[in-house]
Amino acid sequence: MNKEIKTFTISIYTENNIGLLNRISAIFQRRHINIESLTTSQSEIEGVNRFVIVVNITEVQAKKIIGQFEKQVEVIRAYYHTEEETIYQESGMFKIKSDLLFEEPQIQNIIKESNARIVTVNKEFFVLEKSGRRNEIESLRRDLNVFGIMQFVRSGRIAVTKEEMKITEMLLAFNNQ
Amino acid sequence: MNNTETIKKEQGITQKTERICGSEAIIRCLIAEGVDILYGYPGGAIMPVYDELYKYRDQIHHVLTRHEQGAAHAAQGFARISGRVGVAMATSGPGATNLITGIADAQIDSTPLVCITGQVFSPLLGSDAFQETDIVGISTPVTKWNHQVTKASEIPEVLAKAFYIAKSGRPGPVLIDITKDAQFGELDFKYEKCTGVRSYIPVPKINTDTVKAAAELINTAKKPMIVWGQGVILGKAEEELKAVIEKAGIPAAWTILGASAIPTSHPLNIGMVGMHGNYAPNKLTNECDLLIAIGMRFDDRVTGSLDTYAKQAKVIHFEIDPAEINKNVYADIAVLGNSKESLAALLPLLNKNSHESWLQEFKDLYAIEFEKVIKNDISPTKEGLTMGEVLKQINIETKGNAAIVSDVGQHQMIACRYSEFNKTKSNITSGGLGTMGFALPAAIGAKMAAPEREVVAIIGDGGYQMNIQELGTIFQQKVPVKIVVLNNEFLGMVRQWQQLFFDKRYASTEMTNPDFVTIAKGYYIEAKKVTKREELADAVKEMIASKDSYFLEVCVEKEDNVFPMIPAGASVSDIRLS
Repeated sequence: MNKEIKTFTISIYTENNIGLLNRISAIFQRRHINIESLTTSQSEIEGVNRFVIVVNITEVQAKKIIGQFEKQVEVIRAYYHTEEETIYQESGMFKIKSDLLFEEPQIQNIIKESNARIVTVNKEFFVLEKSGRRNEIESLRRDLNVFGIMQFVRSGRIAVTKEEMKITEMLLAFNNQ
Repeated sequence: MNNTETIKKEQGITQKTERICGSEAIIRCLIAEGVDILYGYPGGAIMPVYDELYKYRDQIHHVLTRHEQGAAHAAQGFARISGRVGVAMATSGPGATNLITGIADAQIDSTPLVCITGQVFSPLLGSDAFQETDIVGISTPVTKWNHQVTKASEIPEVLAKAFYIAKSGRPGPVLIDITKDAQFGELDFKYEKCTGVRSYIPVPKINTDTVKAAAELINTAKKPMIVWGQGVILGKAEEELKAVIEKAGIPAAWTILGASAIPTSHPLNIGMVGMHGNYAPNKLTNECDLLIAIGMRFDDRVTGSLDTYAKQAKVIHFEIDPAEINKNVYADIAVLGNSKESLAALLPLLNKNSHESWLQEFKDLYAIEFEKVIKNDISPTKEGLTMGEVLKQINIETKGNAAIVSDVGQHQMIACRYSEFNKTKSNITSGGLGTMGFALPAAIGAKMAAPEREVVAIIGDGGYQMNIQELGTIFQQKVPVKIVVLNNEFLGMVRQWQQLFFDKRYASTEMTNPDFVTIAKGYYIEAKKVTKREELADAVKEMIASKDSYFLEVCVEKEDNVFPMIPAGASVSDIRLS
């Protein structure tokens, strides 16, 4: 098995219960693995949550921690995927002084070229939203930083996999037992 | 949590509901789960439950330990000897945190426990209220499952789930934290046992192809060797294992927690693997052509250096927990499932065989170990008493029928090496966590769960003083356990390492001990101290013959070492005899 450190996207389907985030993050912490990003939301199945976690580890480590996740009573299934096996995005938000829109005409070009979306505009500030790969958001941040950004925030990765997730069948099997 | 969708319940007679309060519901749930003994310590946040315990005292016996750690270990001892779920109860805050060592021990040794802790009123959660602690947060990494109950109506379902999770699959500890308002609150009570949780597969389905592949490897192996662990005992697979090793004629060794699953006297039982295990199975791990691991997890104390562990051999791993496969040692074939079913499926596929010359290799190495180590341990000619000769006397007096509850350290290794076991579930010790202070309270739980059995606690002078307060429990509950303290006035195992690896710098390992006999007598426990060899046999005889609890202190040689030994990080085949 490959011992090279790679970026893996870990997807964990879980029950929606209090304390589960603690249980999952403890598995990383105990093995001294840094979490690059973490997103949790409703999944495609009603009542089932999905964690999407990005880590830089070896494939050997990835396999072992998947075992540890699945061992948790309230985890339904866990998977790991490489960059090539997923379709993923992040989202960034920029709060910028409205005056700049008029003082610095370049900003309008940057917005157009980056395919960023204006969420809101008022007298004091406007808010831009940009979804895409990390480097696209970073590039926009660098471009806007020249003019001054009042606030910036970027979400964790959200990802779907190219392969099919067989969670629904698994849960149906339980219900039909 | 929407339990109605995520758990399955026992289908039975529809019970009528009854309006009762949460605390009574807790007791009624315990009774419904067959709990007749539990261990605990009262306090503010759990008082409503104790009030109900008083009312139900005819049906459920609460054992007041002297410390919550004692309650957790007693519940462990209870579970380990009986295979039932042990129950411990404590109040919030320090009561709950004192359970943690026992819970962590149960987690790493796969012991089914349900721990119930009281919690402050739910509106006070997070306010730093008196005796409030985030016990769910604290216990998360050391529990199989945990949950906080804030409403009385949740109690029956949560406790049903707790018992189901604790005992199913690979067992483990569950902690349920119940706020005081949930204990006082009312609910319409109806108890249905839990039979399934949708996100949890306790026992993976056996893949018959892997069983066939395993059988093929076993049938063609020239030098096969089995190492079994506690999974055989937890899976009640002792008979199946015996049938497998006898049919295929495979020498079989055990991990510390696997001890007693097959009688010590069985001709194919080749002893213990691991750091202080037997010479032959350790040495020959690196010479077998097939290593068959059954219900064990390749702990580092078993494998030594992984880089040199059984590299020449194919490995078959029979295991209930998929997370154990390839965790430490790569398995060529992994047979997932319950050990009883897997071994039963394997048996008919095996060819009859006897690996006589291979078995002879184990016997030859045993002869070397006997000459260089065992003889001097159990029949010493030097002046000072050895731990091994004490164990030998206990074997003689109990005829190998006792359950031996050992603590942690040198005496533990000696107890596991030299105890004769005729019956399964006879070796109760803290294997994974190595918790000093385990044995005295665990022996209480073991004796109460199996009053018909002789229970002998073997403890060092260090570990004894870590939970010595439980003598009070033994006295109050009249638990006829036999307590043997092997006193070398040292933290012996640490001292041994200091001698071997730290140039005899005995930093904080020498103990100035109190008069243990007087202490035991202070608790009205019959007590004797032995300092000479000629007194030993009679003293052990008297102890075993006693109908009541009995304390025996044996002053042993101060600086004896336990051998064989695999130095930490060395290869199993580099095991040292001196």
